[in-house]
Amino acid sequence: MFVLTEDPIDLAEIEQGVRRHENGGLVIFMGTVRSPSQGRPVQFIEYEAYRGMAEREMERIAEKVCEKWGVRHLAIVHRVGRVAVGEAAVVVAAASPHRRQAFEACQYAMDRVKEAVPIWKKEYFPEGPSWSSGNLSSPE
Amino acid sequence: MQTSTIKIRVLLFATLREAVGKNELELEVPPSSTPTEVWNHLVAASPALKDFDNTVMVAVNQEYVQPWVELKPGDEVAFIPPISGG
Repeated sequence: MFVLTEDPIDLAEIEQGVRRHENGGLVIFMGTVRSPSQGRPVQFIEYEAYRGMAEREMERIAEKVCEKWGVRHLAIVHRVGRVAVGEAAVVVAAASPHRRQAFEACQYAMDRVKEAVPIWKKEYFPEGPSWSSGNLSSPE
Repeated sequence: MQTSTIKIRVLLFATLREAVGKNELELEVPPSSTPTEVWNHLVAASPALKDFDNTVMVAVNQEYVQPWVELKPGDEVAFIPPISGG
């Protein structure tokens, strides 16, 4: 499951997507909209994405995760559009027979989301919006 | 007869989209143009883009590429400012 969504993220659906009888470990990471940011209160965030490429980059991350840890059940879901403070902006779930691979795969996948998936964050502060400075994309 | 230009589609996101005021452009460029050449053309038309010279990445047909690849007719060329998902 590698999707962008304008709706609140459904955690149960993601969990079901990666749960299997053979997977004894399931790690879910949730990134939420934080306030304050850089010392200023955040009103909400707007995410913009390069649709199509963003999903493809998520699939590439999944291929890598399978190659490196043999983890075959990974889900990445990211919000686009307006997201309220405290809401989930991104969820990564990794399931595998044993916990260590699930932990490592989940962390790696989340790090790669921030490095390679073309998504941009605009934070809205009381004094106006500001694009996050971001990371230079680093393709594999 | 050899065509003298090729048509490409250019996509701009986030800060770049705002600097140009458009998220998509259709351009006719000489055959074998590179993303760098297309970028320089965009900067000439929208000088505010100059600030992004050192941080912009390029994707062609939804894959990251080096900025010196040769473009083909119908290519989708995306200029990608620093990303900030998550």
